[in-house]
Amino acid sequence: MSPLLSIRDLAVAFRTETGPFEALHGLSLDVMRGRTLALVGESGSGKSVTAQAIMGILPKSAAITRGQILFRDGPEATDIARLDTEGSAMRAIRGQRIAMIFQEPMTCLSPLHTVGDQIGEALRIHTGADRKESDARTQEALARVGFPDPKRALKTYPFELSGGLRQRAMIAMALILKPALLVADEPTTALDVTTQAQILALLARLQDETGMAILLITHDLGVVANIAHDVAVLYRGRLVEAGPRETVMRAPGHAYLKALLHAVPRFDMAPGERLTPIRPARAEIPPAHQPPAMPAGPLLRVENVSKSYTLRAGRFWQKSRMVHAVSDVSLSLAAGETLGLVGESGSGKTTVSKMVMRALDPDSGKILFDDGTGPRDVHGLTGDALFAYRRTVQFVFQDPYASLDPRMTVRQILSEPMEIHGAPAAERKARCRELMAMVGLEASGLGRYPHAFSGGQRQRIGIARALAPRPRLLVLDEPVSALDVSVQAQILNLLKDLQAALGLSYLIVSHNLAVIDYMADTISVMCRGRIVEEAPRAALFRRPVHPYTRALLAAVPDPSLDHPLDFAAITGDQNDPSRWEAPYRLGPDEAGAMRAIEPGHRVRFSTAQDAEAA
Amino acid sequence: MIVAILRRVVTMALTLLVISALVFFIIKLPPGDYLTNRIMELRASGEAGSVAKAELLIRQYGLDRPVWQQYLMWVGLMPGPVGFSGLLQGDWGWSFEYDKPVADVVGDALWLTLLINLTAVVFVHVVAIPAAIYSATHRHTFGDAVVTLLGYVGLAVPGFLLALILLFYANRWFDLSIGGLYDSALTNQPWTWPKIRSLLAHLVVPTLVIGLGGTAAMIRRMRANLLDELAKPYTVTARAKGLPPMRALLKYPFRMSLNPFVADIGNLLPHLVSGSVLVSLVLSLPTVGPLLLDALRSQDQFMAGFILMFVAGLTLIGMLISDLILVWLDPRIRMGER
Repeated sequence: MSPLLSIRDLAVAFRTETGPFEALHGLSLDVMRGRTLALVGESGSGKSVTAQAIMGILPKSAAITRGQILFRDGPEATDIARLDTEGSAMRAIRGQRIAMIFQEPMTCLSPLHTVGDQIGEALRIHTGADRKESDARTQEALARVGFPDPKRALKTYPFELSGGLRQRAMIAMALILKPALLVADEPTTALDVTTQAQILALLARLQDETGMAILLITHDLGVVANIAHDVAVLYRGRLVEAGPRETVMRAPGHAYLKALLHAVPRFDMAPGERLTPIRPARAEIPPAHQPPAMPAGPLLRVENVSKSYTLRAGRFWQKSRMVHAVSDVSLSLAAGETLGLVGESGSGKTTVSKMVMRALDPDSGKILFDDGTGPRDVHGLTGDALFAYRRTVQFVFQDPYASLDPRMTVRQILSEPMEIHGAPAAERKARCRELMAMVGLEASGLGRYPHAFSGGQRQRIGIARALAPRPRLLVLDEPVSALDVSVQAQILNLLKDLQAALGLSYLIVSHNLAVIDYMADTISVMCRGRIVEEAPRAALFRRPVHPYTRALLAAVPDPSLDHPLDFAAITGDQNDPSRWEAPYRLGPDEAGAMRAIEPGHRVRFSTAQDAEAA
Repeated sequence: MIVAILRRVVTMALTLLVISALVFFIIKLPPGDYLTNRIMELRASGEAGSVAKAELLIRQYGLDRPVWQQYLMWVGLMPGPVGFSGLLQGDWGWSFEYDKPVADVVGDALWLTLLINLTAVVFVHVVAIPAAIYSATHRHTFGDAVVTLLGYVGLAVPGFLLALILLFYANRWFDLSIGGLYDSALTNQPWTWPKIRSLLAHLVVPTLVIGLGGTAAMIRRMRANLLDELAKPYTVTARAKGLPPMRALLKYPFRMSLNPFVADIGNLLPHLVSGSVLVSLVLSLPTVGPLLLDALRSQDQFMAGFILMFVAGLTLIGMLISDLILVWLDPRIRMGER
């Protein structure tokens, strides 16, 4: 079989203020017809630059300096590297013979144009089809990618769709002209696991149907193991390993791929096993000044908390709708431990964390916090007591880029919480240096601005800021999901070390089951505002009972080739309580009840049968 | 949608009422009014006949009554000496200074003001939008620098100075009469072709002068907006589809970058009236700007009140127009509306 696309000795350089910077140093690889090549590497390895070079959409500051990109679509090979990127020859290939899908399905679609308009556009510009024809073909394409009501979808706007449907719309747009090659740049990174599994299954099915080749860019080895035929590993602009999936994944030859495999949390890790970061980082954590007073019971107790929102009425004669974001949730977190809250987007886990922070008030129920002086209702606190509570509970945000003020130096960022809580200047100064050491950064970085730091370093600054006022509880909202794989392990290990040294408690919220599994002592699974299963870490992911938990676990792609995803089992209705199997199935307004099936392991069962029996 | 518009219109009417009260009481804040000042002047010079006429006017317009009654009569919510006759009934009041109804004084000036300033607005957009697109797509090139430099020159040169220079050369090269909006010989002529042609020729200088400052600001803002949008992933998606660059630019990032400008229409309309007073004075344009200034200085209350209400009305209409366009332009707002 001849390759569809051959890259030979490709070099791409960026013009920068400090002179040219070469992002790719002579890359050579082949994409075979009808097969999927996964291009693996951390950020900065040159994998996205490769995709942009193939599409002819490199940024203006970048240029191909040497090499060929041979595209063998017709009888003769075309060298894309030689084509004028805005010329008609390149435009005829781009979008028609080679199409691309991106990471962020929301920002990649224009919010001002309907889905139908944006999908049909490629058809109209390349084939000159009129509106009517393009609408008909778009409808077909939407049906093919699994839109429930393709005719209606033509007229919907991207912001009316869920993340999964948006990515399906992107795929429909890329595939409407049946391209020979699909370039997929991290197509599932921004999605929930269950949605990710569905999108992967869809890509595999469409490949079978059309025989297109896929160049899949990803850092997730689980995804690679499940849908790639061939693997190429990039490291700092060079190809370090390439070959069929079986050879590369079973016997990784290069140290980098081995390291990458050990840097991500896996479910088969031995108890107490630590992740091995690709680049080790050192942090010096001083022992806590004085051991904090220990509460008699749990540090934090959430008791039967509910929160609903009223949506504005659709039309004025309609009644306004209530959305139950959180229904009757109870949680308990012991001092020095970690509670993991896991669920898909929209399951209510973030709402719970906001209520713990007292950024939102619950409609009913109580949140009790006990710092050693007895439990007190967080939402009854006022004045000084509330001020003190604000100090003891701190937040670490998901996005280290958006959560640090770009106009403040690191010193100002770290000092601000201490200023608010009245620490004297001399103490603040010493504490800033101490905090930097604690998170493994140089004290010389204090005078610099956030943009001088990488994503992982920024997240360290975010953690240092949260630690500044000496809190008892940290709420971690997806602390590593915006970070590159190569630094996730560093951050997770740092959080573990800080917890051990300072006796902190963590409430960690994530949709990444492996991260939760690595970090948490007890785990609660949320679905549609309710907890459906809760158990100690050792039990939950080893002996999952509830169908929702099992569906979530079944959707996690495993980097090991021996545990492939069962695409047929992933239906997408795992979060519909009426589709759960018998003892768990809930009626339309049924709440069900939590029952212990072993010590500490509680599952939500239906109570309908009990009612009948009684 | 229609319900939403009706709701807006009702709020607008209420807002206008509140504004009218504010306007009237602020005008009445300084002690005295045009007529009492005038009467004192006349008494001093001993013209008793004129005093009688002024006192007649005082009674006719109820200026001897309490302020709140004067206000209600001015708005037309309370019968005055000649029955209901206020803004609501279309009676804009009497200009004491010109000794004519306000409508007669303001009349032509109102429409000429709108004409001059709308021309300037069109000029601003026609020049600024292509310049901004060029500037954003050719960032950090020589062309971008030239556009930026010209823009700053336009922003920095004082309008009245530019007006004087342009007037001088227009007169010298094109034999255009100095000042005014048409040849002074045509002042009281009916609107015939020579007068219209004269008007068009005289419009060029004010348009340039009023427009240039705004053009520079608009180029800068539009360029910044476009640069933000050009970096967004959906722009890359459009290119990846194979759209020609200019079509991709106009359909996606350009349309996104329009929102803040549409939202600005509300501020634009009142600015048309009050923003060009200095230029109007220098060019002796028959617009309402200078009239407003005089009326405020001489406490010609009905005249000042009417012009201010006119500006307020324009603002509200501008806001409504900009909201309607936003709803039409941006489905996110449209969906939120329902």
